[in-house]
Amino acid sequence: MRRRPIAGYAVVLLGLIGIGGTYAALTAHGSPASAAGNAANPQQIAQGRTLFVQNCSSCHGLMAQGTATGPSLIGVGAAAVYFQVSTGRMPAKELEAEMARKPPVFNDEQTRAIAAYIQALGGGPAIPSAAQVSTAGADPGLGQELFTENCSQCHNFVGAGGALTYGKYAPALTASTPTQIYTAMQTGPEAMPVFNDGTITPSQKRDIIAYVTQTRSEPNPGGFSLGRIGPVTEGLVAWIGGIGALILASMWITAKRRSHR
Amino acid sequence: MSGTGEHGPDVSLPEGAEERSRAPHRVIGTPPPAEERTLLGTAGADTPPPAPRELPADPEDMAGAKRAERIVAALFILSMLAGIGFIAAYIGLPVGHSLVRVLRSNLALGTSMGVAFLALAVGAVIWVRRLMPDVERTEDRHPMRSPEPDREAFVETFREGADTSQFVKRPILRRTLIAASIPLGLAPIVLFRDLGPLPGTTLRHTVWRKGLRLTIAATNTPIRPADFDSPGGMITVIPEGYQDNDDEIAKAAVIIIKFEPGQLKHPTNLNWTVDNIVAYSKICTHVGCPVALYEQTTHHILCPCHQSTFDATQGATVLFGPANRPLPQLPMGTDSEGYLVALSDFKEPVGPSFWERG
Repeated sequence: MRRRPIAGYAVVLLGLIGIGGTYAALTAHGSPASAAGNAANPQQIAQGRTLFVQNCSSCHGLMAQGTATGPSLIGVGAAAVYFQVSTGRMPAKELEAEMARKPPVFNDEQTRAIAAYIQALGGGPAIPSAAQVSTAGADPGLGQELFTENCSQCHNFVGAGGALTYGKYAPALTASTPTQIYTAMQTGPEAMPVFNDGTITPSQKRDIIAYVTQTRSEPNPGGFSLGRIGPVTEGLVAWIGGIGALILASMWITAKRRSHR
Repeated sequence: MSGTGEHGPDVSLPEGAEERSRAPHRVIGTPPPAEERTLLGTAGADTPPPAPRELPADPEDMAGAKRAERIVAALFILSMLAGIGFIAAYIGLPVGHSLVRVLRSNLALGTSMGVAFLALAVGAVIWVRRLMPDVERTEDRHPMRSPEPDREAFVETFREGADTSQFVKRPILRRTLIAASIPLGLAPIVLFRDLGPLPGTTLRHTVWRKGLRLTIAATNTPIRPADFDSPGGMITVIPEGYQDNDDEIAKAAVIIIKFEPGQLKHPTNLNWTVDNIVAYSKICTHVGCPVALYEQTTHHILCPCHQSTFDATQGATVLFGPANRPLPQLPMGTDSEGYLVALSDFKEPVGPSFWERG
């Protein structure tokens, strides 16, 4: 019995579909499972420990105890790891005043594995489930009030970001996922203060996420957002564009007419 | 230039053109050189009247003129259509209670009105530049002083009026009329009272008082120290029950910050802190912006307006920037139910400095 050459491709294809389906099934229901399973899945923790030793330990120490270049991660919790790794800030290429957002190095599974390892070391805030960051039924009005009181001074009133001291800055929130916004509030990455569940409850955190994500789809009447950073760019456009056009118009009005004689 | 006599306003077109050609080349956007440099007109009847000048009846380039005429007419029609569009946008885009519809309506109204005015103006300028003759003319001012007989006649009329009205002869009418005008003259000065009342001592006090709870702004929930137990945390709080009183919140807004044990140092008043939680006024001491850029790594509080920087661990002393006083610290304790409360009002005025502050 001779196998057809196409059978090999079919096997590979079926295998890929099987892996993809399993992965999709795991990630679709994976968030509550991983929140519950952070402490209970030795395989995931072992995978996370391997990844940590290979990629993180040069700065954070082999036991995540911290070194001169990187802080201790004991007790920071899975949420802090999820925020730093899923936004690509960690692993860092070099120490800067502010770690910039970049494409993540690890996929979601690997990120959650490292998070589970750090969680197992010293506890701390866990990664919220998909239901915990869902904006369905959230109140963006209350979210806006809370955002205006506590977030807008640094992140700008629509989350466009802003400058801090000595090269640090509050990043724009335009690309942040709901889980990233939630974990940032929980853990206070870098210079950002912590907004724990005692002062801003999980439900109010969902309201804030609803406001931040909703502002992205608000229209810009007039057609130009100008960066949505308020009077600075608007003034620049008015001065250079508007007044420049007025000067050109006045030159045109008073210019001497070309003689036809 | 004397301007009198034979050189007067006798400016004919070729001569003017000749003078212009002698003048340096004109810079775009500057006014043309004046041909007659007298500011005041010449007196006397001996000045000959200005010679009538030849204005070209038709432009030389008839085809170009025809083209310009069409362009101008098209612009005027565009302006008319935009004007109709303005009315249509007003009727067709009702605003209701939707902010987005208000913004769309503003955009449509502004664009149509802008196009209407712009097309009208551009058309007018092209009309002037392409179709109207480009000839400069001067006209002498008339003498400012009236002729002598007119002046005498005016004085005579004035005296006659004073006599026949008996304004001089009947002093009681004169004096009561003047008396009637005095209060009316003073009335506008009295209206300055509406600029007041003077602030009195309101700048020195806020609504904080002993036992008043600190509540989280926007959610209005009181706080137990155990709820606010993550070092590096910061939250904006307002006095309980004042959430709808913007005038008072504008002075009484406070940020509370949680520290690790031992981080708070002199000159922070540690008797006014609870479990390493400290409360500072949120109103910048420079010009009163809300200061809530708290960096938990450096413990700096920044003002977004002018970058005044305060050290939260050391009583919010000024590290940098135009502010010259620390943010006032709110005396804080807990009540019998364990919630954070004020122990008193601020001990010093919050917000920007003022003259009498000392």
